[in-house]
Amino acid sequence: MTRKHLLGIQDLDREEILEILDTAESFQEVSTRPIKKVPTLRGKTIINLFFEASTRTRTSFEIAGKRLSADVVNVSASTSSVSKGETLIDTAKTLDAMAADCVVIRHSSSGAPNTLARLTKASIINAGDGAHEHPTQALLDAFTIRMRKGRLDDLKVAIIGDVAHSRVARSNVHLLTKFGTHVWLCSTPTLMPQGVQHMVCENRHFLHTTNSMDEAVRAADVIMMLRVQFERMNESFFPSIREYFRYFGLSRRRVEQAKPDVIIMHPGPMNRGVEIATDVADGPYSVILDQVAAGVAVRMSILYLLLGG
Amino acid sequence: MDLLVKNARLVDPARGVDTVTNVVIRAGKIRALGDGSVSDLPIFDATGLIVAPGFFDIHVHLREPGTEEAETIATGGNAAVAGGFTAVAPMPNTKPSNDNPSITHYILSEARRSSPARIFPIGAITKEQKGETLAEIGEMFEAGVVGISDDGKPVMDAQLFRRALEYSQMFDIPVIQHCEDLHLSKGGVMHEGVYSTRLGLKGIPAAAEETMVSRDLILAEMTGGKYHVAHLSTRRSVEMVRAAKVRGLRISAEVTPHHFTLTDAAVAEYDTNAKMNPPLRTADDVDAVLDGIRDGTIDAIASDHAPHHINLKMLEFDLAPFGITGLETAVGLALTKLQLPIGRLIELFSTNAQKIMRVAPWGLFEGSEADLTVLDLNRSWTFDVNKSRSLSRNSPFHGWQMKGKAVGTIVGGKVVYEDRAG
Ligand SMILES: [Zn+2]
Ligand SMILES: [Zn+2]
Repeated sequence: MTRKHLLGIQDLDREEILEILDTAESFQEVSTRPIKKVPTLRGKTIINLFFEASTRTRTSFEIAGKRLSADVVNVSASTSSVSKGETLIDTAKTLDAMAADCVVIRHSSSGAPNTLARLTKASIINAGDGAHEHPTQALLDAFTIRMRKGRLDDLKVAIIGDVAHSRVARSNVHLLTKFGTHVWLCSTPTLMPQGVQHMVCENRHFLHTTNSMDEAVRAADVIMMLRVQFERMNESFFPSIREYFRYFGLSRRRVEQAKPDVIIMHPGPMNRGVEIATDVADGPYSVILDQVAAGVAVRMSILYLLLGG
Repeated sequence: MDLLVKNARLVDPARGVDTVTNVVIRAGKIRALGDGSVSDLPIFDATGLIVAPGFFDIHVHLREPGTEEAETIATGGNAAVAGGFTAVAPMPNTKPSNDNPSITHYILSEARRSSPARIFPIGAITKEQKGETLAEIGEMFEAGVVGISDDGKPVMDAQLFRRALEYSQMFDIPVIQHCEDLHLSKGGVMHEGVYSTRLGLKGIPAAAEETMVSRDLILAEMTGGKYHVAHLSTRRSVEMVRAAKVRGLRISAEVTPHHFTLTDAAVAEYDTNAKMNPPLRTADDVDAVLDGIRDGTIDAIASDHAPHHINLKMLEFDLAPFGITGLETAVGLALTKLQLPIGRLIELFSTNAQKIMRVAPWGLFEGSEADLTVLDLNRSWTFDVNKSRSLSRNSPFHGWQMKGKAVGTIVGGKVVYEDRAG
C-alpha cells in the first residue's frame, strides 16, 4: 500500500481494502502462537492519542502495535480548548519533536485526524473522529463478515440505530457499497441525516433507507446494531428509551424474521436492553466477540502496511 | 485636502453620471466636475480608470473594543481602504458591545484618530445583544449610529423584534437582522446537506435562515419598519425578499462575496476558513443569489469581514469560530465573478449601500464629500493573504486570481490608498 495515512474508508479503493483484510488474515495466525510477537515494526514508535476515552479501541491498537514489536505510547489528552491554551497544532508539534512514526488518533471533532495529518510528519490513523469515520472498525467488521459469510459482495446488511451521529455507520456504508453489498440504514427520521442517499459518490443504488425495522431485518444476512446515546433523548430525537426499544431494539422476535444464518454485530460498548436484548447479544447469532478478536489482526495489518513498507 | 482627479471615467448611477472628465476637489469636497484647467492642485491621474462614489461596506466586524489581537479600528480601516472602501459600518458585537452612546463615542473618536476610512457604527438592538430588552437606540442614534443590529445573533423574540421595527422608525434607521433560528441551528457548524452528512459535521439547515426571514418580513409589513436582511444565503430567502419587494415593503438585503463564489463543498477538507455563519450553501443557492443580484432583489454587497486570530482558526473545525476576512477581496471577487454593468456594481457597493444606512449621501456632485473609489477593470492580480492589512489571516481566497481591482481610494480629497500597476 502506498498510502501514508488511514483517515477514512471513503478514499480507499477495493484493492486497498482487500489488501488490508488479506494481510490481517495472515496476522491472525500470530495471535495463536505461544509467543505472539513478530519483529516487523521494531524501532518504530506509535502514539495512541485519545481525546475521547475508549478502552476497547485503544487496547486493541496497543496490543496490535506490541505484537509487531513497535514501541507504543498511550497519551490521553483532553479536547483542545482556548481556555486550556492547547491546540491540535501544539499537539502536532510535540509529536513531531518526539519523532513519532505513527499517531493513532481518537477525537470528538470530525476532521481532527485530517487536520493532524496536514500538520505532522507522522502517519495518521483515524481511530474514530466525531460523527465522521471509524475506518478500522469498518475494516474489522468487513473482516468478520467475510470470515462468516465467505464474501463481501451481494449481501444484505441492516445498520440500525442512531445513523446521524454514527461514524461506524458512515465507514461501513462507504466500505460495503464499494463491494456491491446492499446496505439498509434503519432509524427514526430524526436520526437519519439529510442527504444520506447521496453520501456515497458511486454505487448509490446499493444504499437504502427505512424507518421500519421489520423491513430492514427481513432477509438480512448481517444485522449491525448501533449504540444509542442517552443524551439524544433529551434532545428529543425520540421520546423515551422504552419507546426507542419498541421500534429499533433488537429483540429475539425481530431476529427470528431474519435469515436462519444471520449474524449480529455491534461495535460496542453495548447498552443491553436499549438497542439490543441481552439474550440476543449473548445468543447464537452474535459475532460480537469475533469482532473484538478481528480488531487486533486488522489493526496489525494496517500498522504493518502503513509503516512496514 | 485639495486634489485634481484627471481624465477619469466618472460613474455615479444615482445621479445618472457616466462621462470621462476631471474632478476638482478643494477642502475635502467636490468643487466641480469637468474643469481640468486649474493648475494649483496636486494631480491624481485616472486615465483609463473608473472613478465612483466611495464604496461603503455596510457589514464588517472591527473587533475593537475588546478583541484587538484580531483587528482594531486602525487596522480594519487600513484594510478597508486597501480594498477600495472609503467607509465601513462595524457591527456592534464588540466587547463590550456597542449598545450605549459611550461605546459609540469611543468608536467614533478612535476612528477619527486612527482610521483612514470613515466609520459609521451600527448599534445593538438589545442590551448586551442578549435579546431581552431594547438598547438605548435613540441615544446611540444621537451619538452617531446609522443602523441597529444584534449581528452575530438574531433577535429570537418576535415581540421584541416587532418593538425594534416600530421604535426605530422615530430615527428612520434600518433594523438589520442576522436571520437564524437558534433552535434549528443549534450546534451546527456548516450547511446541513450531503457534505455535512459525509463529513460528520452538525448541520445548519437552510430553514434556520428562511423561517426567520419569513417571520421578519411579516413583522416588517405589519409595522412598516425599515428592515434589512444581513448576509442572505439561500434560494428561498432570495425568493421571499423578491416577493416582499413586489408587495412594496420598505426592505433591503445584502449578500457577501463568499456566498456567491463558494459552496459547502469548500468545507471538504475541514478548512476552518470555509466556516462562517450563515454557512456556505449549495450550488443551487449560489445560482439563486446570483439571480437576486442581477434582478435587483439584492441591494448591496457587504463583506461580513470577520477577523479571527490564527490560534482560534487552527482549532478543530467544530471548535473554530465562524467568519472570514473580506475587506480586501470583496471588490475583486465581485468584479471577477459577477460580470455586471459597472453602474450596477457601483449601486451594490456604494449608492444602494448609502441608501440602506442613515448616512448623508456622497457621490459625484458638487458639494459632496470627496470620497471616491478608483477601479481598474483590467487589472489582473492574485490575492496574497500574507500581505493583508488586516491583523488576521482567515481568508479562503488566498491565491485566488482576479480580474478587476480597486486601485485607488480617496477620502475627503486625500489619497489614502493607491496601487499603480508595474
Ligand atoms: Zn451575522
Ligand atoms: Zn456579521
